[in-house]
Amino acid sequence: MRKLGTAVGCVLILLWCLLPVAWIISLSFKSQTAITNGSPGFLPKDGDGAGWQNYTDVLDNEQFRRAIFNSIGISLIATLLSVIIATLAAYAIARLEFKGKKFVLTMALAIAMFPVVSLVGPLFDMWRTIGLYDTWPGLIIPYMSFTLPLAIWTLSAFFREIPWELEQAAQVDGATSWQAFRKVIVPLAAPGVFTAAILTFFFAWNDFVFGISLTSTESARPIPAALSFFVGADPFNRPASLLAAGAVVSTIPIIIIVLIFQRKIVAGLTSGAVKG
Amino acid sequence: MAAIDMKNIVKKYGDGFPAVNDVSIDVADGEFMILVGPSGCGKSTLLRMIVGLEDITSGDMMIGDRRVNDLAPKERNLAMVFQNYALYPHLTVYENIAFPLRLAKADSKTVDEKVRAASKTLELDEHLDRKPANLSGGQRQRVAMGRAIVRDADAFLFDEPLSNLDAKLRGQMRSEIARLQKKLGITTVYVTHDQTEAMTLGDRVAVLKRGILQQLASPRELYTNPGNLFVAGFIGSPPMNFLPATVEGNIVELPFGKVEIPADKAAKVAGRGLLIAGIRPEAFEDASVVDQTRQGSTFRAKIDQVEWLGNTAYAYIPFEAPPEVLEQLQQLERDLDGETLRTQLVVSLDGSSKVAEDDDAEIWVDTSQMHLFDPATGENLTIDLERAGRVPALEQGHDPAQQAKAEHEVADQQTAAAESADG
Repeated sequence: MRKLGTAVGCVLILLWCLLPVAWIISLSFKSQTAITNGSPGFLPKDGDGAGWQNYTDVLDNEQFRRAIFNSIGISLIATLLSVIIATLAAYAIARLEFKGKKFVLTMALAIAMFPVVSLVGPLFDMWRTIGLYDTWPGLIIPYMSFTLPLAIWTLSAFFREIPWELEQAAQVDGATSWQAFRKVIVPLAAPGVFTAAILTFFFAWNDFVFGISLTSTESARPIPAALSFFVGADPFNRPASLLAAGAVVSTIPIIIIVLIFQRKIVAGLTSGAVKG
Repeated sequence: MAAIDMKNIVKKYGDGFPAVNDVSIDVADGEFMILVGPSGCGKSTLLRMIVGLEDITSGDMMIGDRRVNDLAPKERNLAMVFQNYALYPHLTVYENIAFPLRLAKADSKTVDEKVRAASKTLELDEHLDRKPANLSGGQRQRVAMGRAIVRDADAFLFDEPLSNLDAKLRGQMRSEIARLQKKLGITTVYVTHDQTEAMTLGDRVAVLKRGILQQLASPRELYTNPGNLFVAGFIGSPPMNFLPATVEGNIVELPFGKVEIPADKAAKVAGRGLLIAGIRPEAFEDASVVDQTRQGSTFRAKIDQVEWLGNTAYAYIPFEAPPEVLEQLQQLERDLDGETLRTQLVVSLDGSSKVAEDDDAEIWVDTSQMHLFDPATGENLTIDLERAGRVPALEQGHDPAQQAKAEHEVADQQTAAAESADG
């Protein structure tokens, strides 16, 4: 009885989560006319199916390709920089006693709690003046500053878990502080580093507000913003099936990234270091 | 290989609290030196200062003929085994042992040769490809030692390496460490709070209390000629008995009656008034099983409790102590991390003794093994300085009363700190 309940619960939750995704995929395989005429039902009716046509159209679209490239580039750079800075900062916070440590941590949290919308206006003005408007760095910088706090908190928790003796042992074994950090601490903090990386990448990839406000052309516009500007042949008739195909394509990179990073997130990596 | 010479080492923390206070210890080349003491005595801090993980406030740390005070750990060429082993969990046993060699940029052939040699010595051959998480406690301990012996370090440092093992394994690893050290002939400093390890492993033992070196001597010298009450109470199990005593002529009055002591001991304490007599449990015996020709005195006492262990039996005899002695004994008990429940005499009797609980037994005591201590300073008045190694408190220019005062101040500070932390 209990098993059955669990199974039913799982199915309900899966439906709740995956139905919109399934629907988007279904839409992406219907032809434009079928949608305009109204085409209820999950599977395309006879003659309504578009096959892979929507996908080839989307991928052939210069605007879309450019947006994908922008999104991947901006998200990866923001993730990389954010993780590097967060690793160093978190290590300092976990290991060193310095004045203003509390201040740094609270400020980091405070920044993370700031509503994005309230910052967009000032940023728009600032970026226009400085010349960062509609450039990659113009998006990378806000992404980094919004993801760093979370990354620092996650990573410093991981660093605190690593026994300090390991680092001291490495130093006695002949390592410099930097070598001890690189060869012992970072490999052990890898699960934390990848967790932080995934979170940062998600934020950057999914962001819409910054993407649409701080860009004006294809030179930096990321995918979520680009999709909202996406128009087909008829400007008064939004190409719903094309948009659906675009949405599906834009989720593929994030699935790949998660699959790659997920393998690295192995819990209990430090077990066996010290007698516990 | 090198000698380690510590000269007037002081370690003060930010609040001015001296964790290690003016300690001088010379470890000869190839010697096995033990640092022992109750928790908080500064022994681990001292070891970490040797290896360079802790800054030295003042004094000189000499390794060989180099002053290493300002050198980083990697420049000191010492190998250390940590209490919790500190193995690198992401590396295999092989790579754990090879780690110091890789850092030294040794070529892979040399690395392989040395790692295999070390793993052979420590019987780790079949575990080389495993990760530390899959090893037992004793195996991890051996890997930690492998990482130490694989380099040509100037000295080995051990920080309570056996305290995480169970009793049986501890005994095996203890003899393993002793064998290895003899074989390699390498200078070794070993920190422990376990007096069995201290007595069995060390060429010499340094006893520390609250950051101050109490005595530096061979295990035998420490046992037979303790420099003060603290060393006397710390070394030996069951511990030495401390009884209030007054000396008149050659006669010592103990709570159980009067016994006679050798004239040379009596001469050293003449006219001192109330003293503390220290007698080890094995200096006593059931008078009925003692060979009548042996020198010594006897007294009668009511036995409170007997623990019979087969080869030996421990009998407990409670007694009343005057307040000035009681206070000193309670302080001593605190120093030794213990708590006095009651003042009682522990005597070790022969296994064949028939003494039972509530008996009024006649006990024989070998008074030539008795020591007499000053109740105010704890100093051993009957010490044979020729056979006591180094007792810093009794050296020229040192005033035992001064030292006792300094120690009490430290104790007060500790208590105050603990109280303020509680509040």
